[in-house]
Amino acid sequence: MNPQAIIDGLIAGSTIGLGAIGLTLTYSILRFANFTHGDFLAWGAYLTLTVAGVLGGLAAGLGAPVYPFSFGWGLPLAMFGGVALTVALTLGLDRILFGKLRARGADAIIIVMASFGASMALRSLLEFIFTAKPAYFTKALQIAKPLGLGMRATPDQLLVIGMTAVLVVVLHLLVTRSATGRAMRAVSENPSLAGVYGVNVENVIRVTWIIGAGLACIAGVMAGLLVQIRPYMGFDLLLPLFSAAILGGIGSIPGAMLGGLIIGLAEAFAVQIVGAEWRAAISFVILVLVLMLRPQGLFGQKGA
Amino acid sequence: MELLAYAAFFLTIALTYAIICLGLNVQWGQTGLFNVGIAGFVGLGAYVSAALTTPDAAERIGGFDLPIALGWLAAMAAGGGLALAVGLLTLRMRSDYLAITTFGIAVALQLVFQNTESLTGGAFGMAFIPRPFSGLQGEAFAFNGLNLALTAAVVLACYLLLEHLLRSPWGRALRAVREDEVAAQALGKNPVLLRIQAFALGGAIMALAGAVQAHFIGFIAPGNYLPMMTFQVWAMLIVGGSGNNRGAILGAVLVWAIWALSGALISEVFPADQQARAASLQIVIIGVMLCVILLWRPQGILPEVRSVSRHLGRRNKDIKP
Repeated sequence: MNPQAIIDGLIAGSTIGLGAIGLTLTYSILRFANFTHGDFLAWGAYLTLTVAGVLGGLAAGLGAPVYPFSFGWGLPLAMFGGVALTVALTLGLDRILFGKLRARGADAIIIVMASFGASMALRSLLEFIFTAKPAYFTKALQIAKPLGLGMRATPDQLLVIGMTAVLVVVLHLLVTRSATGRAMRAVSENPSLAGVYGVNVENVIRVTWIIGAGLACIAGVMAGLLVQIRPYMGFDLLLPLFSAAILGGIGSIPGAMLGGLIIGLAEAFAVQIVGAEWRAAISFVILVLVLMLRPQGLFGQKGA
Repeated sequence: MELLAYAAFFLTIALTYAIICLGLNVQWGQTGLFNVGIAGFVGLGAYVSAALTTPDAAERIGGFDLPIALGWLAAMAAGGGLALAVGLLTLRMRSDYLAITTFGIAVALQLVFQNTESLTGGAFGMAFIPRPFSGLQGEAFAFNGLNLALTAAVVLACYLLLEHLLRSPWGRALRAVREDEVAAQALGKNPVLLRIQAFALGGAIMALAGAVQAHFIGFIAPGNYLPMMTFQVWAMLIVGGSGNNRGAILGAVLVWAIWALSGALISEVFPADQQARAASLQIVIIGVMLCVILLWRPQGILPEVRSVSRHLGRRNKDIKP
């Protein structure tokens, strides 16, 4: 077994985990399986790319790579813009679609269906605007440096893993220690009861979208930086995201992250055995196993 | 004459979608089960039937040269069996787990179609699938007309069967489970069992539609069974009116017409190098249409007819919208 699979798996798992956190939060707080979440990743990547293009036009020096990474200061700056725009996109979508259905008291499954329709529309819109041709944040090539034990990684890849770890810790502290986090947990337990106790449910929903969209944008940028940006990148990640969220237990942030890492590692190892063309089936197999053996997931509560 | 032949061709394809729609109506319209893997079930039916009925081919396993009718039956068995397995796995759990699992089924089946060259022909697909009335292939009008009649007969058979089931005690129990699971349970109905039965029946009908379509066109490839298809069928049922079998058929023909016309329009208006790009606008239109209907007219064009039993007549007037 090639130990490089550990690094590959951790990198893929970081993206999947960050995406799955947003998915698991919307799932537990807004109570529906959001099929548009994968497309938030793709939109985040493309919006960041657009902002980076605008910034590069304003100040050419921003594009110059900062040692040891393959990108310049323009990309992290652009990511702030990308996050803001992705958040605006999800809040807008909630206002014109999901919020309306929620207000009407529509069944969760109707909202799932609307998210399915919106996901197709968003993805095709990306394809229309940016064409199906892959795009890149940077053209600079990086050489993977040896880490020992036969593993190699580029500085970009190590940065992605480090940044994921920091984000997860910050988010975990936010949800477990702050008043907002307590309100979020209250709404995910019981929205009407939380409302009766004076929790501002609308506000909690907004915070959930902001966290989910922000992480989706960052995950999309990571995937775009390390691989490439395509309109279908989010759609291809959707099944791994769902599998990670369910494996971790719906509503659990550490669970979603751990689930993402497990899926990433499983894919990296399995690809060496069965071949890369079956990659997409790995998360499906894991999903089926979880549903058969432990449907509540690793950190989920019984009866969820 | 040529135009008539094309109209017959167009209607036949639309009617194969109508069969899928009828299958989805059993799952969603009558029972409230959200299947996001329609393309997988349709593709499974197409491939199973094709493997059994094509003439022997050197490069792949299968090719038993069996009669078409047998292929259709086998497709139904395969689709029903798969739906049964999915139902047993997920229908005890929360409703959206079914959606996620069926989504995964479609992805996994797509990989199987793509990657098992020895069984499915891989990316190149399978050709020489026997077509009904193939003796008349030279005369486009007669050939398309007879195939249209055959497909219409399948639609009619499915329609009559489903309408009968709808008004049977089984159909009533199904709707009772959809409307109020606890009340149905209190009356001694087994919701999980009923859901699994409905899901399997719908899966079998979808696979049959796949087989009918494959035999009419004579060629299948993995690219025919992308999530796009799932999405089109959903739009058809929601536009036509979920819960109403006539609405399912109407929606299929209507949405397919919109699809074909907008496709023709795009190939007229846009230059050749921009057409793939413009085609993505078609999907945007259908996606927005689906969301708009869910928001403004969730019951579709032909709303569900509330019926308790055929002996009691229509009940729509008692129910406030």
